[in-house]
Amino acid sequence: MIQNLLRVEKFFDSPIEQFQVKKEPWNLVDIDQIFKTHKPHISVRNLNVFLSKNHILKDVSLDIPDKAITCIIGPSGCGKTTLLKTFNRLLQNSIDVKIEGDVLVDGENIHGKDVEVENIRKKMGLLSQRPCPLPMSIFDNVAYGPRIHGIRRKKTLKIMVEKYLVEAGLWEEVKDRLKSPASSLSIGQQQRLCLARGLAVKPEIILGDEATSALDPISSKKIEELFVKLKHQYSIVLVTHTLRQAKRIADYVVFMYLGEVIEAGPASEIFSNPKEKLTREYLEGYFS
Amino acid sequence: MKHFRVKKLEEKIFKGLMMAATLVIVVSLFMIIVAIVKRGLPAMSWDMVSKIPGGGFYIGKEGGLLNAIIGSLYIVIGSITLGLAFSLPIVLYINLYLPEKSKLAQFTRLSFDVLFGIPSIVYGAFGFTLMVYLGLRSSLLAGILTVTMLIIPILIRSIDEVMRRVPKEMKDAALSLGATRSEIIKVILRQVAPGIVTAILLSVGRGIGDAASVLFTAGYTDSIPTSLGQPVATLPLATFFQLSSPIAEVQERAYAAALILTGIVLILSITARYYSRKFSKNKI
Repeated sequence: MIQNLLRVEKFFDSPIEQFQVKKEPWNLVDIDQIFKTHKPHISVRNLNVFLSKNHILKDVSLDIPDKAITCIIGPSGCGKTTLLKTFNRLLQNSIDVKIEGDVLVDGENIHGKDVEVENIRKKMGLLSQRPCPLPMSIFDNVAYGPRIHGIRRKKTLKIMVEKYLVEAGLWEEVKDRLKSPASSLSIGQQQRLCLARGLAVKPEIILGDEATSALDPISSKKIEELFVKLKHQYSIVLVTHTLRQAKRIADYVVFMYLGEVIEAGPASEIFSNPKEKLTREYLEGYFS
Repeated sequence: MKHFRVKKLEEKIFKGLMMAATLVIVVSLFMIIVAIVKRGLPAMSWDMVSKIPGGGFYIGKEGGLLNAIIGSLYIVIGSITLGLAFSLPIVLYINLYLPEKSKLAQFTRLSFDVLFGIPSIVYGAFGFTLMVYLGLRSSLLAGILTVTMLIIPILIRSIDEVMRRVPKEMKDAALSLGATRSEIIKVILRQVAPGIVTAILLSVGRGIGDAASVLFTAGYTDSIPTSLGQPVATLPLATFFQLSSPIAEVQERAYAAALILTGIVLILSITARYYSRKFSKNKI
């Protein structure tokens, strides 16, 4: 297509460079206000995902701002989780997946040929719906990531474990029983342990897949507060079912419906003045 | 809607049936143990577990069953080691490396289900054919190989069952920390360790007590083998041969052999359960 355009362009005798810039579709996307202060950390361009012939994500293009909380909202089955799982390439472990289009993290295509998938995943901590600690002690859970990435010294590991448990707000509760099994923690504590474990591999991005939906209100409030605290250091992407949560903590909101991004924009704008009719209806609770 | 009292009666009847079924099993187990102990204990002596058969042992003279005890342990340790060396890679491969719903994985599972149901005498006969074909005599090695074939389906099916129950989220969690597949294996092995212990227990029970598979392949001897090429005695065969003797004293010794066999399985089970509990401390 570009070649055709070039031919047309030659016909009109105007400079070719103009088109070479334009062939990168992401320059065509409107730049939202938020990206003036937060540069895009993840950029998705024309992403199509098929799961055994079902078209799950349809031509998704969006930017995730750096060092801010992005909430992906939308009714169940709209592809929010699928989108999240394409970010850290967990999706490709499922059978019969076809992924088209680009996902760029820091400008690097994660599906590129010489990209190490482990490095991509290391960049992103994942918090799943139900916390899933590894079958080892509290200490070993947090130390697991650093260990597989080559840190062996006991002293360094101890310092790291304490640092990240403090960061996840769990240190005070577990400092006397680091050797006990992770399964002995309550579910809310387990989720914070998973957060600490994710932070310990020094990610740049935190992905949360309805990270608070299995938790009691107090634990989920703690996690929310942590997200707000952590957003100055990490880019946080949350898939959430709770609109109220999105309203409380989101800086940037992406509304998805049936595999398409309907609207994306700063939280204040989306919640106070949605441009699309569908978004408005969803926010007003006509469907969920 | 049924009347409340009818419902209550129904529940009582079913509760009674369940209790009866449990009772039948426990009582028969108890009776087996009592029978073995009652007939085996008089023949038991320190000699029985510490000496190999002397001349005329099989007509009631002195000696013991040490050859069969050691032989059975050799066979079972050898075949468990060999069995694990085969079955663990197979289970890991079909669970972690093959995609879900893979045809090959399904076919492998089906094959092992079929193998699971094959009677041990068939393994014995097959092992014997193989032995003749390879030009081996009945020996410790042939016995170990045959018992390995017998227990591999048990190991695979029971380890596979626990490995399939490992939550997918656990794999995802380890993966998203940047773990490679071989690093995930370590995590998963920790999670299924108690299951592996149970699998080993099941196959020890089957392997150590099976007479038919070692009948042709391991042979029988009064001495303790010093190499893989020598024949070896086993406790089930010791029981079998002595039980078919017309002499009452020798028959008693068959029960002693059975008692020792039961004792070994019991001791192994208890130790394994103890360690399994230690392993499962961190299980999610």
